[in-house]
Amino acid sequence: MNNSLLVVLVASGVTYGTPLLFAALGELLAERSGVLNLGVEGMMLVGAVMGFWTVERVHANAGLTLALAIVVGAVAGTAMAAIHAFLVVTLRANQIVSGLALTIFAGAVGLSSYLGNNLNLADIPATHSFHALLPKGMQNLPVVGPILFGQNILVYVSWLCVIAVGLYLSRTRPGLNVRAVGESPAAADTMGINVTAYRYAHTLVGGAFAGVAGASITLAITPQWVDGITGGAGWIAIALVIFSFWRPELCLVGAYFFGALQSLAPQLQARNISLGPTVLWTNSLPYVMTIVVLVVVSSGTARRRLGAPSALGVPYVREEH
Amino acid sequence: MSAAVPAVSMRGITKRFPGVVANDRVDFEAAAGEVHALLGENGAGKTTLSHILTGLYHADEGRILLSGEPVAFQSPRDAIDAGVCMVHQHFRLVERFTVAENLVLGDRRGAGRRFRIDPRAVESQVRELGQRYHLPVDPHAHIWQLSVGEQQRVEILNALYQDARVLILDEPTAVLTPEESETLFTTLREIAAEGRTVVFISHKLHEVKAVSDRVTVLRAGKVVATVPTADATPQSLASLMIGHDVETVQRTARDLDGEGAVLEMSDVWADGDRGAPAVKGVSLAVRAGEIVAVAGVAGNGQRELAETIAGVRPSTKGAIRVDGRLLKRGDVRAAFDAGIRYVPEDRLGTGVSPSLSLAMNLELRSYRESSFGPLLRLRRMRANAEKAIEEFNIRAPGPDVQAANLSGGNLQKVVIAREFAGEMKVLVAASPTRGLDVSAVATVHSYLLQAAGRGTAVVLLSEDLDEILALNDRIVVMYEGRLSEVRNRDSIEEIGLRMAGEEPDSG
Repeated sequence: MNNSLLVVLVASGVTYGTPLLFAALGELLAERSGVLNLGVEGMMLVGAVMGFWTVERVHANAGLTLALAIVVGAVAGTAMAAIHAFLVVTLRANQIVSGLALTIFAGAVGLSSYLGNNLNLADIPATHSFHALLPKGMQNLPVVGPILFGQNILVYVSWLCVIAVGLYLSRTRPGLNVRAVGESPAAADTMGINVTAYRYAHTLVGGAFAGVAGASITLAITPQWVDGITGGAGWIAIALVIFSFWRPELCLVGAYFFGALQSLAPQLQARNISLGPTVLWTNSLPYVMTIVVLVVVSSGTARRRLGAPSALGVPYVREEH
Repeated sequence: MSAAVPAVSMRGITKRFPGVVANDRVDFEAAAGEVHALLGENGAGKTTLSHILTGLYHADEGRILLSGEPVAFQSPRDAIDAGVCMVHQHFRLVERFTVAENLVLGDRRGAGRRFRIDPRAVESQVRELGQRYHLPVDPHAHIWQLSVGEQQRVEILNALYQDARVLILDEPTAVLTPEESETLFTTLREIAAEGRTVVFISHKLHEVKAVSDRVTVLRAGKVVATVPTADATPQSLASLMIGHDVETVQRTARDLDGEGAVLEMSDVWADGDRGAPAVKGVSLAVRAGEIVAVAGVAGNGQRELAETIAGVRPSTKGAIRVDGRLLKRGDVRAAFDAGIRYVPEDRLGTGVSPSLSLAMNLELRSYRESSFGPLLRLRRMRANAEKAIEEFNIRAPGPDVQAANLSGGNLQKVVIAREFAGEMKVLVAASPTRGLDVSAVATVHSYLLQAAGRGTAVVLLSEDLDEILALNDRIVVMYEGRLSEVRNRDSIEEIGLRMAGEEPDSG
């Protein structure tokens, strides 16, 4: 039963969806403060390479090393996000241009590739990697075993993050403030909320999430480093935020859906199920879906109706002369 | 008025912006318990002064004292904490939040101070405040669901919730019907009666007379006088405000019976920006040489109606005819070629292209005819612009100046110069004098009259009742996308009722 296609797809959807979920949560926080960050892909790549590097260089026990690697990934993502925040919040540069520039800068022939090759990280397996956390007995339970109990600790942490982000936005004072900053910075400013500080903080935290997302790919999904390892996951994460109407709980659903799409091709192949040029269309499915989602929601009206923060992408200038 | 320390005292306030002195050694005082009007033309420095008082701007010189204590506000928040709140012309509300959430957002003392928040906890408090001050509003409603008048109530409630000692309102009646304004005045007097100070900014004389105890008149950044309202007449205030006696144009009644309709609209519908119908079954016929004034509170579909006639916004149903010829819906060029001219509400954003030169802007409608194939004839454009500058008395350094650098009045003249070219059968003017100073207003009015004199059918959409009363041959009122014909065009009462969506008793 646990080998049926559906169960395997859902279970691997959760596994493959977790990096997407981390990245999307980070992007969601930044966008709720009004900052569009198209540099997610680049931040993930840098997080991925730095996380992997930590595991190769630090010689401590597995748990400690992995925890440290995640922290290093987060710091790397944050550092990248700091560039974005400085450009778009302080200098009020165009957010789209800045984000794209960061992704290209960090991308497959850029910074992450340089770091990985220069630190000799290519073509070696990870010394440590994340494994399923809970005892085998639980993992073998029918249906829920592989889906819920067969996951590594990052999956459980991501669930906590979804709950934390959800409560933060809906039930806390800073959450209310950040929503106000993203919706109407002028109103927030009048009420004494520091728009710049809120935008910086959420862009940086968003970068940290993206860094963790990247590290979780090189340390949990495919425990190795190759150039351009994220393979567009950052872009999917950005689409996911829109797809989930800027709500964390729907991010989780969407991330697992896209995760399942990603694992569809190998699963079909392993079962010798052929649906035309299977590899071609199943592999391209997540990206096609991303394009479809982006096209559908790209008009301004649609975005407003779906719940996009009203001031998303708009620099804030106080009307002081 | 007590002879005690004034609640607000601003002394020697000077504020300079590049090229202008917005406030020049202004002294302003308001006592606790009074409604103090700040009267002046657009650009006289009223808003600047209030922004200095609320911490949005910093004065270059001068001091502010609240109840005798000197204060120095770095931000609006400092002012709010000191009890000075302002209701801006453009509301500072988060549209997607509920009323209660908006109140919690500014709350630094009560329930909103804690890390965990529960906006529902303040809902009963909001309801109570609303009842006490006749400001009924549903605390659970989202701002975008509320009418503009209701949103204003939320702003005032917010100030009261913050326990404001000084409440400043910037042109609060611009978005209200005459009846809603009356209610607002009652509320303001009640607030003042509790010992708070209300500063009421306006350029409308009858409102100042109706609501205030004292009035300070500003002209060109300077205080001209502070007088008890009871001692002033609208005439005396007007001449203080303008500095000379008022010249206004007056429409002389003309016989239009022989004229046929130039513009005919039958059952025209059009959608607003949010997709919901904004123009609902409008039928209107305008004769040659006639000025039909469309009155109404802002946001009742006037802008959409103007855009629909001009072809900017496609109608979803109905027909628009010029001289009997049906217009293609949503085709600006077809509308222009049919003789429709359009002076849009938003001069800088829609009326001109701000980064293009004056000469280019004048040619936006006609460059296809005047150019040589794909090439613009720049020299001819410049010559034409120089002619227009002369003819329309546009005050500009030359034809190459960027449109964005022109003042509102001169910008409007550029738009008019462009639109008046060629055979003008229909002129749609949307709030053509909003934000202009008195002399520019008179100029624009004279152009409108001139157009009508040339036999153009003029549709004038305006929120300014004085303007409507001065220029109209016929008044219609727009309310929630529908038009109703005003029977007695001298009756402000009838116009007011219709603006509120009511039908006057027939009799």
